[in-house]
Amino acid sequence: MKYVDEFRDGVLARRLAAAIHAEAAPERRYHLMEFCGGHTHAISRYGIEDLLPGNVRMIHGPGCPVCVLPVGRIDNAIDLARRPGVILCTYGDMMRVPGSNRLSLLKAKAEGADIRMVWSTLDALKLARDNPDRHVIFFAIGFETTTPPTAVALKQARALELKNFSVFCNHVLTPPAIQAILDSADGSERLDGFIGPAHVSTIIGSRPYESAAAHYRKPVVIAGFEPLDVMQAVLMLVRQINAGRFAVENQFSRAVTRAGNEKAQALVAEIFELRDSFEWRGLGMVPHSALRIRDEFAAWDAEKLFDIATLPVADNKACECGAILRGVKKPADCRLFGTICTPENPMGSCMVSAEGACAAHWTYGRFRDAQKKKDKQPA
Amino acid sequence: MKITRKDFPRPLDLKTGRIDLSHGAGGRAMAQLVEEMFLAAFDNDLLRQGNDQAAFAVPPGRMVMSTDSYVISPLFFPGGDIGSLAVHGTINDVAMAGARPLYLSAGFIIEEGFALADLARIVQSMAKASKEAGVPVVTGDTKVVERGKGDGVFINTAGIGVLPEGMAISGDRARPGDALLISGSLGDHGVAVMSQRASLGFETEIQSDSAALHGLVAAMLDACPSGINVLRDPTRGGLAATLNEIARQSGVGMVLREAAIPVKEAVRGACELLGLDPLHVANEGKLIAICDPAQAETLLSAMRAHPLGRDAAIIGHVVEDDHHFVQMETAFGGARVVDWLAGDQLPRIC
Repeated sequence: MKYVDEFRDGVLARRLAAAIHAEAAPERRYHLMEFCGGHTHAISRYGIEDLLPGNVRMIHGPGCPVCVLPVGRIDNAIDLARRPGVILCTYGDMMRVPGSNRLSLLKAKAEGADIRMVWSTLDALKLARDNPDRHVIFFAIGFETTTPPTAVALKQARALELKNFSVFCNHVLTPPAIQAILDSADGSERLDGFIGPAHVSTIIGSRPYESAAAHYRKPVVIAGFEPLDVMQAVLMLVRQINAGRFAVENQFSRAVTRAGNEKAQALVAEIFELRDSFEWRGLGMVPHSALRIRDEFAAWDAEKLFDIATLPVADNKACECGAILRGVKKPADCRLFGTICTPENPMGSCMVSAEGACAAHWTYGRFRDAQKKKDKQPA
Repeated sequence: MKITRKDFPRPLDLKTGRIDLSHGAGGRAMAQLVEEMFLAAFDNDLLRQGNDQAAFAVPPGRMVMSTDSYVISPLFFPGGDIGSLAVHGTINDVAMAGARPLYLSAGFIIEEGFALADLARIVQSMAKASKEAGVPVVTGDTKVVERGKGDGVFINTAGIGVLPEGMAISGDRARPGDALLISGSLGDHGVAVMSQRASLGFETEIQSDSAALHGLVAAMLDACPSGINVLRDPTRGGLAATLNEIARQSGVGMVLREAAIPVKEAVRGACELLGLDPLHVANEGKLIAICDPAQAETLLSAMRAHPLGRDAAIIGHVVEDDHHFVQMETAFGGARVVDWLAGDQLPRIC
């Protein structure tokens, strides 16, 4: 497949692996966090860990919007969907995410709530136009990448004077989350560098990472989601760490500029404003880490139209998602992993979506744990 | 029983007519539908007797029986429709035992208001598939449900076949060292159906691979009468689900080579766009075979000589593994688990 196979070439991968092996100093530690679930998925699906030296370790970050959404907000969505006359629509990933009492949108749908899966915000608008006697709520989630389409939908709703459409906004921001990880207990010491987001950076550019890189003295390399992108970014990080540098470098130059997509940024700024604080599953309350709809668009803001209160819901006490997201623990260190917590029955945020650290390890990498256990046993 | 115009003065209106509740009520309207629609299309000696059952002689050997219900949406898709699928799918389930399929039954649950023209198109396609496969529909049933209680039409088919004595093909017979073969490219059916879903609406040249595989199975058994241990068609859940099922049944693990697995460019492209793994996408005209490694090349040649196995390939082998992992050496140079699909990729694909 053109423009895809080029970035998955096994021969080039081995060449990059050889360069990483040659340049990574054996006595040094390279703990690199890939922030995005897209990278986590690529690393697991293509078996990239098999190509890296033992002291180059990938730590899977919280960059999966489905995973970090707090249970209380899912409860809110289920509550909205159950109200008379409401059609709640959202992206497919959200359907199976469990809220309180093991309820999910999928289960609420089975109980009779009208919940639809959409592929774009335009589908949601169309649903509202096609069902004038119903109120259509778009359950909006995602990082900076999915925010502009929600902004477009809100603008169109206003232009069309749609009275039966609103958005339940849960858009979150990447740079404050990176900062929260680095500010957490020994977070800064445990991490030696970051692979920066791919698609998010096409919107916000590479500039927003510069202050964190300089302040915490951690190199950042923005990389694409293809496996060769990740390998090349690892090599670039190894080189920066060896040289004692902590710059923001851009491996994904085919799509990302320093300034990003200024048109999209302006659109988002016109419609959304910063929340003082927002809860992230696994990270807790993170200041200025999410967006809400500005008052000018209150007529299309489900949070203002409907009376909803978000209650904090604690994860299972044994769940190690917080420690896994900070790089303190690995999925297999959690005693829930693979026992009662699996992708079919996720207990914590990291198991919720295929892009979560635990789900990716369970789905693609768990044979390594079995192998390690076997290797440890005396012959 | 002879069909005469005298019984039904006006023929079924296949242009603008619709199914109504009387078509399932046991009266004259139902008799007319059965005669003019189903009997006319499936016509054979056993059906023509007009009984509620078919009586036939049983050949020597063991009998094989299977049943499947078809609820696919949309009813018509590139490369087939619910009718041909209902014939192919059940024939394949019977054939995967190594059996020769003999007869089918067909049960229709039709929603009030369904266009007779669409029903005729489906029934004729079903009859054509059954005639081409040489497996007649010998008994059937029709029910009509009120508008809103069904979705157009649902079809159930059951099939029976005969298995020669001594044939032992079963999902629990994969042994470490066995070779793993696939009869052709993966994901065609799932992608063809998805392309027709209103909410997705993308264009593709891909056609469903829906086909009856008993001819291919017969050719394979001719070439390797004793070396084939497992046959299965990777339908819902795709190759990944099928191999995990067999790994668990047989108590073994498997190792695949990604580079050897045939997937068409257009299918890869669609999966890439939709965020799907072709190994999880449904097939309706492919089979996997697990065989004695010494006979793998012979079997591969026999498969490639058959029109439905032209793109057959050896894609991996069976290993000893207490965890029953299906692993894959990625084309990129790493390794990963090929797991069951979690949740539902897309409902009502067959």
